[in-house]
Amino acid sequence: MVNTRIERWLPHMESVGIPIAALLVAMMLFALFIAIIGESPIAVFSLLYQGGFGSAFSWQNTLLRAAPLILTGLAVAIPAQAGMVVIGGEGALALGALAGAVAGVALSGMPSLGVQAGILLAGALCGAFWVGLSGWLRHYRSVNETISSLLLSYIGIALLNHFVEGPLKDPASLNKPSTRPIGDANMIGNLPGIDVHYGLLFGALFALLAWGVLRFTSVGFALRIVGGNVRTAQMAGLRVGWWVVGAAAMGGAAAGLAGAIEVAAVQGSANASLIAGYGYAGILVAFIARQNPLAVIPVAILIGGINAAGGMLQRRLDMPDATVLVLQGIAFVVIIASETLAGRLRLRRSNPIPKLVVIQQSGAAT
Amino acid sequence: MTDASATLGWWGVPLAVLAGAIRVSTPYLLVSLGECITEKAGRINLGLEGVLIMGAMSGYGASLASGSPWVGVLAAGGVGAVLGLLHGLLCSLRRVNDIAIGISIMLLGTGLAFFLGKPLVQPQAPMLPSIGFGFWSDSPQVQSALQINPLFLLGIALAFLLHFAFRHTRWGLQVRIVGDSEDAARALGYSVLPTRIIATVFGGFLAGVGGAFLSLYYPGSWNEGLSSGQGIIAVALVIFARWEPLRCLWASLLFGGAGALGPALQAIGITSGYYLFNAAPYVLTLGILIATCAPNRMLSGAPGELSLVRR
Repeated sequence: MVNTRIERWLPHMESVGIPIAALLVAMMLFALFIAIIGESPIAVFSLLYQGGFGSAFSWQNTLLRAAPLILTGLAVAIPAQAGMVVIGGEGALALGALAGAVAGVALSGMPSLGVQAGILLAGALCGAFWVGLSGWLRHYRSVNETISSLLLSYIGIALLNHFVEGPLKDPASLNKPSTRPIGDANMIGNLPGIDVHYGLLFGALFALLAWGVLRFTSVGFALRIVGGNVRTAQMAGLRVGWWVVGAAAMGGAAAGLAGAIEVAAVQGSANASLIAGYGYAGILVAFIARQNPLAVIPVAILIGGINAAGGMLQRRLDMPDATVLVLQGIAFVVIIASETLAGRLRLRRSNPIPKLVVIQQSGAAT
Repeated sequence: MTDASATLGWWGVPLAVLAGAIRVSTPYLLVSLGECITEKAGRINLGLEGVLIMGAMSGYGASLASGSPWVGVLAAGGVGAVLGLLHGLLCSLRRVNDIAIGISIMLLGTGLAFFLGKPLVQPQAPMLPSIGFGFWSDSPQVQSALQINPLFLLGIALAFLLHFAFRHTRWGLQVRIVGDSEDAARALGYSVLPTRIIATVFGGFLAGVGGAFLSLYYPGSWNEGLSSGQGIIAVALVIFARWEPLRCLWASLLFGGAGALGPALQAIGITSGYYLFNAAPYVLTLGILIATCAPNRMLSGAPGELSLVRR
């Protein structure tokens, strides 16, 4: 009995253990890199810890960054359920932010709760449309979704820059071209007790919802069939195009929501500061979380902490702000390479398949 | 420049687009030829975007340190080959997906280049020379349009060479067999993984050289915004070119022209849609992918083992 229970947990231990081991290996490689360029790995790691998780202030910084990272992580993890590798979160975030800012200004006469709902809805819809396009192109035109989503992402960023510095520019924003502000009254406030805005809660709820739907309804199963084999899915009566576009659009909605939240809770308007790499870091978050929406939350906090500590490395050790990008890049390569170990560790007993018992017929008896 | 543009007026636009097509297309050409070799062997390397940026940074650094831009080009190629080797080796592990590894190398290359390139933003490295083919004309625009970099000529030669090699040499056939059918390659006694790894190393080398062109010729400086998607566009361009080196050449020129549209319009005073014109290559790539890909059938000419086109 005990044995079977342990065996039931082994795959789960493996799916947690391998990424953690991979992260440790990545940190060792990063330490080596730091040592080669002549800095002290110990100093760097202790600053990473202090800057990310060492004090209430750094936790607050970390959670502020984790909020969009949860959503951009979901932007990769949800389409991945249907077998897609979508990496266009950055552009969907940019367009979601732009749509949110436009909606915020357009609705400015309404009560603030209505304005906020409008901002978030506009952002999510815009993001859903943009990444949904990748899904549509994949299913109906056989265009590789990884490439199309990245191209759409660049186009989305160009559109944000165009509108922010052109047609939608607020004449009052001189130093930093921005759209017109949504107004202080319409900004999303902080969670009770801490200096972190409600966006963190929205992101976590989105992740929980995605996890629940994938785990407890037939949606996750349907997506897995669609991602596994299109023909099987068609034979099972699934409308493949609908599922593919839907999964991509839900991911896009998450990224668009991240952009709208950044506008409504942090920036107050759409501007170029929104292009801060959250979309790309979200890819890493999703892959470390092994595309599990629930695991996206802690991983986003971890990566958010590393990003938050980047500033401290810059100030204290005079290291470039790209230091955290190097750590992220190393971690990414090691995490992907560690996929090779999945299912091959000797955690399980060597022969889990019960032996066939051959029943011999005793024909000679009669 | 502004005076001369004024005399040419609108005619300056097509001339600038032509000049730009030659200048801007070189990195597309080199990266797409490299990716063409890799994809012919059955793998896709999306990491060439990161390799391009690493190549630009290391090429600039090596040129600065050695005083010779050609050393920079070689260094960039070497760094690209190392990243290609990393991609090739990691993809050879079981269950490791080449697209995912490509994305990770894209981010690693970008991060490393930004980190190591920080001290290179200020100083001026020796640039690659160009050959003037416009001596027959009096117009300074024509002369400057025909300032052609040797790497562009090298790329053209390479396109023809690869075209020949894929058809008529033992090495080219080996790459194609490995890319079309692993089983057939094994049956013929060719080793699959080493062939793919070498093809990816070649691809990385060429992408690195393409990066050196960016930092050592045009735009000709090192900064963090140097490459934004040229590597990915080049990967898509190989699909458009149906894995044919010569078509890669024409496609690169087309994309170079699209990329030169924004700066050309800016030069005659149209600045309002600057970002939109700069997005022209991405839109063009997407449009071309939509036009060339079709549902429910394999792309003609696609290597059979390529995960990109397998459904």
